Amino acid sequence: MRATDSAGLGRGRALAFVAPALVLIGIFLVFPALWSIYIGLTDYALTGPSSVNPRLVGTGNITGALSDPLFGNSLWLTLLFVFGSALIGQNVLGFTLAWSLRGARRGLRRLVEGLVLLAWILPSTVVAYLWVAVLDRDGGTLNALLNTPGTAWLVQYPMASLIVFNLWRGTAFSMLLYSSALNVVPPSQLETARMVGAGRFSTLKDVVFPHIRGHVLTNTLLISLWTANDFTPFLLTSGGPDHRSETLPVFIYQQALGSGALGYASAISLLLLLVNLVIALVYLRLLRRRG
Amino acid sequence: MTTTLVLRRIGYSAFFAVILAFFAIPMLWLASAPFDSRPGLGLRWPDWTLDNVAATFDHPYALTSLVNSLVLCGLAMVVTTVLAACAAYALSRVRIPGRDVLLYVLLLLSSVVTGTAAMVPIFVMMYQLGLINSQYGTALVIAGGMLPAAIFILKDFVDAVPRSYEESARVFGASPRQILLHVVLPIARPGIATIVVWSFVQAWGNFLLPFLLLRDITSQPAAVLMRTLYDEGGSANLTVIPVFSLLYSIPVVVLYLFVSRRYGFRFHGGIKS
Repeated sequence: MRATDSAGLGRGRALAFVAPALVLIGIFLVFPALWSIYIGLTDYALTGPSSVNPRLVGTGNITGALSDPLFGNSLWLTLLFVFGSALIGQNVLGFTLAWSLRGARRGLRRLVEGLVLLAWILPSTVVAYLWVAVLDRDGGTLNALLNTPGTAWLVQYPMASLIVFNLWRGTAFSMLLYSSALNVVPPSQLETARMVGAGRFSTLKDVVFPHIRGHVLTNTLLISLWTANDFTPFLLTSGGPDHRSETLPVFIYQQALGSGALGYASAISLLLLLVNLVIALVYLRLLRRRG
Repeated sequence: MTTTLVLRRIGYSAFFAVILAFFAIPMLWLASAPFDSRPGLGLRWPDWTLDNVAATFDHPYALTSLVNSLVLCGLAMVVTTVLAACAAYALSRVRIPGRDVLLYVLLLLSSVVTGTAAMVPIFVMMYQLGLINSQYGTALVIAGGMLPAAIFILKDFVDAVPRSYEESARVFGASPRQILLHVVLPIARPGIATIVVWSFVQAWGNFLLPFLLLRDITSQPAAVLMRTLYDEGGSANLTVIPVFSLLYSIPVVVLYLFVSRRYGFRFHGGIKS
């Protein structure tokens, strides 16, 4: 983008325009990110002697994490959550919806899109409660529908419940992205595929997919990043029962404010920051190549 | 019709029936329970009443928390919009040294430093500054988190505004201040409206930061009170929770409808808007 100073602002005033935003970003984003490196090297705690005089423990928190079964557990659950609800779940359902809604009647299309979008925009505390109600053991709608009285879904199948919940919550983004991506596929090519009698699978693989490959990658990266950082599982299960749904964000919270181990929690957050950084770098690289 | 065609139609309808049920069932409760005289967790046709609304208005914290939400989100929204508008304009029009690097870093920051990843240092920082339970402090933290993305969305809008308007105003001797207020601001209005709504809705739904930083129930916004209400459990709350969730959700839905009707539902680098 060519930058021409068309309003005659001048460099000095331009800097003054940018500075306040940068100060706020510096204080509330850059500084905390860097500071978490330092906190992660100490045994800083919420209460007790280390809350006044934190000691440097170096890589102690990292080695501690490696031998902490709860950390391994939460890492595995996070992978399961991202893989099940985003990578596979939202990706496949979002694409299927976008693909099958193309030929649907206008009324049906608006209804489905409206509902899927509503699930996405409602505040997280509200949707969490809606699902707590649906999955409730005694009065929940799911047990009434499936005729499985007395099943406490969030207690017996916490991780599966969270995955289904997040599929419901986040599919809208993939659906919207794939809807606009499918407009890129030339109708003439789909027509040709139909004329030569290509099956549905081979049409998708050989005609559609090459056009939307970039979108698939973009979508996968973004929804994985958001899902890995999602704090909503806390609202449904608080990580329980017995740590069985404690994904990394919930683990960090429980360590920091539940157990008061701020140093340890900070070292773990650093890992999340690094993963985010890697995903974002790959994403920006893709954007640059395409743009 | 051949059998395969019939089967395909049946499969198609069944697919959409399942999808509609999956997405609608959890939400139907939000329409029925608030007006049911004996609201439960399950779905049923309500025995219509408005008593729950009255009970919610009588709740000591329900309305206060909605007011708290308004204050918190209004503040975060104003700070985000004003600062992002100034920064986006300058970054779009003036070649500040290091501009491209700065833009790249901002784009990275918008997705890397999430509330979840930074919750520990942010909590420690606000704790040491004595800003726990400060609504202004929390609003600033929320605004800081939204700024990089807001700058990007607005810069897109400003980039699309033709420079010829500003240039001709300048030819006629307008000062930079006049150009900004009377030429640029009116043209950039759709962009600014988008940021106003987007930042408000983001802040309105934010649970983690107010939950961490506002520990006192009198200063908590609706997002946190909602959690407190159902964490405590008990049947007394079942009269309050449904109406309260409805009241808390309505602004978000209305604002989205407004923006999508007025400006169309758009994508901005993967941000809900």
